[in-house]
Formats: sequence, C-alpha cells, structure tokens
Amino acid sequence: MISALWVMIGISLLLGAVLGYSAIKFKVEGNPLVEKIDAVLPQTQCGQCGYPGCKPYAEAIAKGEIGINKCPPGGEEGIQKLADLLGVEFQPFGEGAGPKGKAVAFIDEQTCIGCTLCIQACPVDAIAGAAKQMHTIIASECTGCELCLPPCPVDCITMESIEENITNWKWRHPVIIPIKAVA
Amino acid sequence: MRTLFAFHGGVHPPTHKEESTRTPIAQTPLPSKLVIPLSQHVGNRAVPIVQVGERVLKGQKIGRPEGKLSSAVHASTSGTVTAIDMQLVAHHSGLPDLCVTIVPDGKDEWIAHRGVDISQTSHSDLRHLLRKAGVVGLGGAVFPSDLKTDAHHHKIKSLVINGAECEPYITCDDMLMRERATDIVRGANLLRELLHAEEVLIGIEDNKPEAIAAMHLAVEQDKHDKMEVLSVPTMYPSGGAKQLIRILTGIEVAAGVRSTEMGVQCFNVATAYTAWRALAHGEPLLSRIVTVTGNVTDAQNFDVLIGTPLEELVALAGSKPDTDRHIMGGPMMGVDLPAGTIGITKATNCIIESSPKLFPPQPPALPCIRCTRCADVCPAELQPQDLYWFAKSNNFGKTEEFHLFDCIECGACAYVCPSNIPLVQYYRYAKSEIHERERDKKAADLARERHEYRQLRIERDKQEKAEKLAQKEREAAAKAAQAAATPVATPDDTQQKLIEEALARAKAQAAAAHPQNTETLTPEQSAEIAAIEARRAKIREMAADAGADDEPPKSH
Repeated sequence: MISALWVMIGISLLLGAVLGYSAIKFKVEGNPLVEKIDAVLPQTQCGQCGYPGCKPYAEAIAKGEIGINKCPPGGEEGIQKLADLLGVEFQPFGEGAGPKGKAVAFIDEQTCIGCTLCIQACPVDAIAGAAKQMHTIIASECTGCELCLPPCPVDCITMESIEENITNWKWRHPVIIPIKAVA
Repeated sequence: MRTLFAFHGGVHPPTHKEESTRTPIAQTPLPSKLVIPLSQHVGNRAVPIVQVGERVLKGQKIGRPEGKLSSAVHASTSGTVTAIDMQLVAHHSGLPDLCVTIVPDGKDEWIAHRGVDISQTSHSDLRHLLRKAGVVGLGGAVFPSDLKTDAHHHKIKSLVINGAECEPYITCDDMLMRERATDIVRGANLLRELLHAEEVLIGIEDNKPEAIAAMHLAVEQDKHDKMEVLSVPTMYPSGGAKQLIRILTGIEVAAGVRSTEMGVQCFNVATAYTAWRALAHGEPLLSRIVTVTGNVTDAQNFDVLIGTPLEELVALAGSKPDTDRHIMGGPMMGVDLPAGTIGITKATNCIIESSPKLFPPQPPALPCIRCTRCADVCPAELQPQDLYWFAKSNNFGKTEEFHLFDCIECGACAYVCPSNIPLVQYYRYAKSEIHERERDKKAADLARERHEYRQLRIERDKQEKAEKLAQKEREAAAKAAQAAATPVATPDDTQQKLIEEALARAKAQAAAAHPQNTETLTPEQSAEIAAIEARRAKIREMAADAGADDEPPKSH
C-alpha cells in the first residue's frame, strides 16, 4: 500500500519535472498566430486598415481588437483566407473600403523637386533619389500602397494601374453555359 | 530487336495526315511584310537591337537574348525595318506583344555567314553558337536548345529524337524526315556529341512508313553505329516527351524530375535539323516547315520564313471562303489565332483552317457523371475527374495534391468526355491561378523583408543618434569640469596661443593639399603607372563592348 503510494508520488514528481523543464526549454517566443496571420496579409504596408503596417494589423487581429475585413489590397480572397485561418465567419468589406486593382506609383520626373519626403514615407524603400536630385520609383519593389502620394508638395506622383499583358495574363474560369430547362 | 514499352492510356483520333502529304514541301514567295515577334521562345523576351528605318540583311540579328533563359531573333530576309511596336501574336490570350516589322526589298541578301568545323570547336562555343543562332525546340515547347545541350550536371545515356508527330493533321516533321533526313541525322549525331550520349533513339509513329524508310537510309549512309530508328505504335499522345521516353527506354520520368536526371534528353527532329544548319552552315533559325491544312483546297507543307503573315500563307494553300477561324497547332492542343495579320513564329508547326462544318461548335457541357473514361485515357495517370472537380470549385491546394502539374494538357480527357466538359481549360485555369498566387506570395515576402529591414535601420539610426548626443554631453561636462579646475590664463597668453595654433593648422592643410608621392618618381614607377592606366582603358573598352552585345562564351 505504502510502496504503491511512493511509486505514484515518484512518477508524478518525475513527470512534473519533465513538463516544467520542457516549458522553459521549448518556450514559444511571441504569438505564433500573429506570424500565421501576417503570412496571409499582402504586405503592402499601406496602413489602410488603420494600423502602421501589416504586422501591427496582424497583432490586432490576433488580440481580437479588429475585424478581418479591413485590408483592401488583400481583396475578398484575403478575407476568406483569414476567416479560414481563424475559424470565423467571412465578413464583407465595410463601407468605404473595397478591393482595388494592382498599381504602382509613378513619379513625373519633370515636376519632381527632390525634396525626399516620399523617400521617407515609402515603407519598402522603393524610391531612389537624394536631396535636390530627381527621384524615381523602383517599380519591381513598389507595393502600390499610395503612402508617397500625400507628402509630395508638388503632386508629381500618380498611381498607374498594372495592365494585363502576355506575361501576367491568366486563364479564365471556363464559362458554363446553363442548359435550358425543358418546358 | 529493341523492346518497346507502353504508356498508360492514350486515344486514337482520326489522323487526317494524308491530305497534306501528297505534294513535297513548297517554297513560299517573299511575303509583302514580315511581323517577327521578339518573344518566340520560353523565357525572357529578346531585346530589339535595330532601329526603325534601318536596312537589315537576311540572317542579321534583330533581337539580342536577355538573361540566361532567352534566345536570339533574326531578320528572315533583307529589307527595311518599318516598325517596332506591339502587335497581335500567336498566344492564347489574344494580347499584343513587341514585334519587329520588316518590309522585304526582294533581294533576299544574306549577311556574311559560314559554318564552323564542328570537330575542332569546343562544346561551350558550339552551345554559344546555338544561342546566337536562335535555335529553340521546334516541337512546340520552344525551349532554348543551348540550355538543353548542357550536359555538365547529369550523365546522359540516351538521346531521344522525337519524330512521333502524334497530333492529327500535322505533317511537318513527317515531310521534313522524308526530304531532309540526312541533315536531321547529322544534327542528331551532333547533339549526341554535345551531350556525350551513348545512343540515339529516333522514335517515329508507324503511320509514317516513308519517313521511317528515309531515316533508316540516312542512318545507314552516314554509318552512325550508335543510332537507331524505331517505329512506335500510332497512339495519341506518344509524341509527348515523357511518353516517347517511356516508349523507347521504359524510363518513367517522375513528377518534378527532369528527364536528364534519369539520363535521357529529348529533341524534336526539326530541332536536330535546325541545329545542324546553324552549326555546319552558319544559318540562324529563319524559316521552318509549316503544315497548312483543314478547310483549304491544296493542303500541303511550306518552308515558311519566320514572320510571314498568316493570311498570306493560307492564301497559298487556297483557304476556302467559309473559314471562320485559324488554329495554330493541332485540333487537340492548338491555339485559336486572334487575327490573320499575325506572323508565323518558331512554334508554328501547323495552321488548320477551321470551318463550322469541319469543327462544329462544342455542344454545351453537361454535368460530370464520374464515368472515369478520362482517367482511363490520361497518359500522365492522373484522375482528371477529381482535378476537374477541385479546379471548378477553386480548391487549388487539392489540385496540387492530385498532381495537377503533371498534366501535359494533351486533351485526351476532353476528347473522350461524354459530357463535353472542356477539362483542359479547367486545368489551365487552375495552373495559372496557382502561378499567380506564387508570384503574389513572392512579392509579399520581398515587401515584408524590405519593410522589416527599414524598421531595423530606422531604429538603429535612432539609437546611434542618441548615443552620439550622450557622448557629446559627457564631453561637454568633462570640459566644463576641466575649465573649472585649471586657473584662468592671462588674455595675452591665450591670444598668442590661438594664433600659433591657427598657423600650424594652415601649414598642415597646405601640406595635405599637395599629394607629394607623385613628384619624385623613378622611371620604373612611371612606366608601371602607364601600364596600369592602359589596362584600365582596355577593361573599360571591353565593358562597353559587352554591354553592346551579349556576353562572350565562357571557355572550359
């Protein structure tokens, strides 16, 4: 009777020690959910969700502070992915926020005065230039976030939508012609 | 006698090959203009190196390859460049792409060209010549041949030469083998040497007895002992690279594996022919054999200059007035062409003039009844009915799990489907959606990385600034403490000291302004400096040259 008790106590102490050690050794730094949400977001860093970048928005979603329908660049598909990830209902876009086509910024180099304000605003360092020198957009790095538009004092930056061409063209979903019901 | 193997599935559509094989290959007259697309190959579009108004000669390079995966484009005849602009091209999208338009001057004047002594030229130089000659796979994939002949990574045992030509209506390879077998065989031998392959297996479907006989004769005449011409059973799609490799060698090329990793490389017969012409005669890829058939009075094969407008070519074969569309390629895998003005490209093996009588419009698609006839005929051993189900419902993760990317889009499934479902279109849709997602993911990862680095940099700058400020404050405090400790100097002393200090500084500056090590030089040192300057000038010159043309070949 006593020996059985000792054995049980011994096992519980051992297991407790193992669990305690693993809790320290294999501790997960940060919230893994944030990383997962951040991986789904489009990384335009545009701030249209009201947060300064995609990571802060992901953190806010993980905390449950804000809805999943605040990311226009992600489109409805982005909302669907977030809904699947978090196991919540799909929410349509709120008023004033809707999906937008892809675009890149374009600097009118004749008008640019070289003030560097847009360079400071760009979240992904996609603008090349220096003080009193003409600036230009590195189109391949531009996420189309539009954050460079408001600071420009001479309004020389415009957004150019990306047209469909041979390289980015996609096959469409085959249209199904419905068969007329027999009257 | 070699044992042949079978691949899974396959279909037997009516071949319709007799119509276009009755007459020999015809030469086409010079067209009124040439519309030459700069993107006729897999990979980056060639960069135009001619100007509007410039006179070009036949065989002159007009597009330089850009990056590794690219190929050169040449003027098919002599004439004047009249436009470099966006024009409709032979592509599923029906969208325009950059083309060079040349109006021929009628002289057909060649640029200086000559072949090389193949046995005396290094393999890397031969590959570079293939790239310069714009040689790409003419079986339909248009993959640059110079990259396929690089045998450094894997040991190649068998070289498969594809003369199966399994798709209905197309006879361009058949006619090429009948009439120009010797050059094909020499080209095949050349490719074998480039790849260090042990054997060459030429696979031809048994519905082309004349071509098989011609190729046999050519192999015997040239006494190629490592080459074998093999007749394979007629079955669509035995001309698919993976399928023909399976038939001839029994090797099953697994998903996501290149055939070269299994010791096999595959080239089309027309590619072997073109490679031979390019190396032995110095002729770049300027023309190809095109079958014109379908709703025409005289279906036949033509030797067509690249860039010849489609309507001028079909007029030669007598296109009938009730033709409603042009198909490039065969009826199973072909592309509907958007207009009659588009130029013939390196990928154009066949033009089928279509009429409602010849190819009646598809009846509407009915629901899938899961009869799995498609699975029975699928040469890639997929489950097309499941792929259809997932692609239709945008469940792309599942389509990848079911090996969508092993689908060769041969159309055998759609051919047998009793519900007339356009299955291949669903697979193409799913594939391009998946590619788009991959592109987006890559862009997002790049943006995330750049954003995080920017945050890091801003944070670092802030810290450095704060540190500097703290340092300055500390110094100022120390100075103040020192000033308080030392007794106050007399005004005269201080002024004298300041003047002396300023003089010393000025002297030091004057000394620093004149670099003095060049003033007392020995003649040897001067000579050395001159030599260095000459080398620099040469390097600059070479860099300018390399910028103007593509890189020189790397010798091994």
